[in-house]
Amino acid sequence: MQRFTFISVFLLGVTLSFAQECDKTLTGKVIDFHDGKPLRDATITFNNTTIVTNSDGTYIINDLCAVSYAFTVSHQDCNSQVFTIDISKVKTKDFYLEHHLNELQEVKVTGKDKSKTSSSQEETINENIIEKYSSATLGDALKEITGVSSLNTGSTIVKPIIQGLSGSRVLMMNNGVRMQDMEWGDEHAPNIDINTAGSITVVKGAAALQYGGDALGGVIIAEPRRVPAKDTLFGKTILTGATNGRGGTMSSEIIKGYKNGLYLKAQGMLKRFGDFEAPDYILSNTGVFEKGASIAFGINKFEYGWDAFYSFYNTEIGILASSNIGNVDDLRESINDGQPDIIRDFTYEISNPRQEVTHHLGKLKYYHRFEELGKWTIQYDFQSNQRLEFDVRRTEERSNRPSIDLQLTTHTLTSDFYFDAASNYNLRTGVLLRYQNNFADALETGVRRLIPDYDKYDAGVFLTGEFDINESLIFDAGIRYDFNRIDAEKFYLQTRWDERGYETDFADIIINRNEIGSQLRTNPVFDYHNISATTGIQYLFKEKYNFRVNYALSQRAPNPSELFSDGLHHSAARIELGDLRIGQETSHKFSASLQWGNDLWNWEISPYINFINDYILIEPVGIQLSGRGPFPIWEYRQTNARLLGIDTKAQVTWFKNWQTDHRFSLVKGRETKNDVALINMPAPNVANKITFVKEDWFNFQASLESQYTFRQNEFPPNIEVFSIDAGEELPLEINTPPDAYHLLNMDTSLEFKVSKKSIIKTGLAINNLLNTNYRNYLNRLRYFADDLGRNFLVRLTINY
Amino acid sequence: MNTRKFISMLSIAGLFVASCSDDDDAPTPVNDEEVITTMTVSLTAAGEDTVTLSFFDEDGADGPSAPVPTISGPLSASTTYTGAITVLNATENPPELVNEEIEGEADEHQFFYITDDLGITTTYTDQECDYTDDPCEGSFTNPVGLTFELTTTATTGAAQLRFVLRHQLNKEAQGVADGDIVNAGGSPDIDYVFNIRVE
Repeated sequence: MQRFTFISVFLLGVTLSFAQECDKTLTGKVIDFHDGKPLRDATITFNNTTIVTNSDGTYIINDLCAVSYAFTVSHQDCNSQVFTIDISKVKTKDFYLEHHLNELQEVKVTGKDKSKTSSSQEETINENIIEKYSSATLGDALKEITGVSSLNTGSTIVKPIIQGLSGSRVLMMNNGVRMQDMEWGDEHAPNIDINTAGSITVVKGAAALQYGGDALGGVIIAEPRRVPAKDTLFGKTILTGATNGRGGTMSSEIIKGYKNGLYLKAQGMLKRFGDFEAPDYILSNTGVFEKGASIAFGINKFEYGWDAFYSFYNTEIGILASSNIGNVDDLRESINDGQPDIIRDFTYEISNPRQEVTHHLGKLKYYHRFEELGKWTIQYDFQSNQRLEFDVRRTEERSNRPSIDLQLTTHTLTSDFYFDAASNYNLRTGVLLRYQNNFADALETGVRRLIPDYDKYDAGVFLTGEFDINESLIFDAGIRYDFNRIDAEKFYLQTRWDERGYETDFADIIINRNEIGSQLRTNPVFDYHNISATTGIQYLFKEKYNFRVNYALSQRAPNPSELFSDGLHHSAARIELGDLRIGQETSHKFSASLQWGNDLWNWEISPYINFINDYILIEPVGIQLSGRGPFPIWEYRQTNARLLGIDTKAQVTWFKNWQTDHRFSLVKGRETKNDVALINMPAPNVANKITFVKEDWFNFQASLESQYTFRQNEFPPNIEVFSIDAGEELPLEINTPPDAYHLLNMDTSLEFKVSKKSIIKTGLAINNLLNTNYRNYLNRLRYFADDLGRNFLVRLTINY
Repeated sequence: MNTRKFISMLSIAGLFVASCSDDDDAPTPVNDEEVITTMTVSLTAAGEDTVTLSFFDEDGADGPSAPVPTISGPLSASTTYTGAITVLNATENPPELVNEEIEGEADEHQFFYITDDLGITTTYTDQECDYTDDPCEGSFTNPVGLTFELTTTATTGAAQLRFVLRHQLNKEAQGVADGDIVNAGGSPDIDYVFNIRVE
């Protein structure tokens, strides 16, 4: 940590005339701004004289002249401050010093004390791991964390799953802003460029109430690199190239910091890949073209500070050509064939089906610290998310128009107060106000809206606290209330309205029964009141053990997709049906973890059980006949569910240079009523890694990782559907999981110190070393093609 | 410092939030432009009654209603019929003739007539160049299938006759130009089976 020198202060020192009587005295105390405690051994320096405070923080300065002086007041772990005082007017003065340098966004290695909650399971990945995934996605990087898996659509659309839950149950915090990027769709990946994050923390469960109460799965908190409050200019550039997809990523960041807390930050990223390849064939139309940029500036002082942040993100993603199936017979054929229908030559071109998503995020934040009280923060953020999905439509002219065109605009105002003055407890309380508008441009698409236009209003209030009962026992608790109102304007086909039986329950929401094409115009308005709460303890014992136990109650209101989906989802070739009757889901999660560690090895074991009442799920239920043939129907429904799981990991240092890492996670999800397995639960997986480190050889590191994913043996029964080809009902293996698989990955890196400030890191990785053919149960394209084959990656990181 | 300025900025942002919530433009209802509600196949032969096979799917692929078939009567044995297909979107008023779209991108569309029953055979009687300005040579001679010939044998009884229209298919694949769907690929616009009789 950089301490400020006093040299500049001497230069600033105001020494006026000498023709004065110099018999004045100044007395007072030096006090910790933060908790009001007097500071002993603080120094007060002026004109080559230094005074030290005594044990109760008091000082006396004699023989002062009746002029203005510049006093530099310093204390260990505090920032020095200069106070100018006119001795002719002032006789006593208390100096308040700013304690807690870590709050000043100093560069500091994240330690245990920086965790988001005390009692729940959580894990953080650092910059080194994030750099390794520079050309991949956030979801890929998070899989380094035990208990985190992903729901994929190909290899470029990766949605994180935390302990079996994903989508709207996983809350994404990007630089303090809750992402509003249509997380309700299975093929909607988080719109975050991983290169913007300096660290990413996953809280497994809903215990981090300050972020939201509906995180049944958990919270992902991506935070930018911190800017130290000193005069500095530094930056980083990462270049990666990969053979699979024949592309790469370039990401650059530059940061300017000033001693007074002012900072400026700019960052940009470009990623381009062509068609990826499975071991035996090209995965046609799987390219990706991603662009991102962000700028941030602000001032971070101890007493106050503000930030302004803007980021832009745009991605164009091709969806595997052979996944563009027509109807259920095509789907059956694909499942049975085991090989994609369409294999074309490699190309960088992205054609239909594809999606193009743009996300703008703007944020203004201000904080002010009150002495002996705490810190008040207020933040406004704006998000605009546009999603365009293009399908292979009946004519080329139509294919140039998107089939889905949604514009989601969100304004959020949050404010919280963090009471941290007391030494043995802290409290945080806050409010949230949010307005959201969704606009579906159906005139542009010429397709009925899958998600309707709506306005959404959210309001929330929370109180959380952390209490140190004694040296080794921390107790935390919190409660939160959220109100959600969704006010939609939705058109129903008369036939669908009747089929759903809405006439009896929802006749009052009809505005007009005679819209074109026998449609009803309706105005559903639903209110939800959600209560969430958490409590738990962290107990440190026998020096090396850390035990955490937590209970979290969480409620989530249904998302627009669960309520309103109605019709053919073209890109998925399936009919998706929501239901207006779907209500909130409520989760009771009990989790515990036991950690043990010394210098040579450590382990952690974390079991949990999650009872979810009225769990909302979507699953295939049958087919719908039409002139285009039969289409599979996927319908949302609610059931009581139980998720039981365990995450374990261990790290062992065997010899000086050898280390191994071991991870295992398992989750079993079942409906409690009839004991049927839940759909889309991650299969158990185990990862073992051996790493060789030799610091003398330019910090050489080499690792070999084995990842074994078991077959998911627990899945809901398949359905029988009518086949036109066969003219009869046939089973459709739509739920059958693929086989277990084993992957080997290799990674090596070297570090060169070029100058005092510049470090160049090089890395070479080989993923899927053995070019294994495999399919993942949680990849929606598993029906159509194998997953990625061998991939050589090189990366170059330049810190300057 | 700039605290006051900052707070005023924030309140302006707040006003912006409030003002945004008022743009309550009522959404315009749309119909799926690509819906096919109706296909009518008319089969004519000299000296025989014209047979029409049609289905009507009131809400297209999006809605729950199954298509309803109408078959005017049985086919006659040992007869060659001239077939013509009309495809409509009747959710529009007046109904939109989808044939025009198929003809406009003739190279991207093709009908298939599929049956194993009663020895019924079919042949295409149109080419892409019938609908476009292209010269009638090379790939422009590939069939579209809006018109065809259907020949019955002396065998009588019940039969299934399936009509498939696909777009973005591979017309050059083996057998496709002769009406074999196996290698065609593409996505279906129509896939429907009529239960007919030959008497």
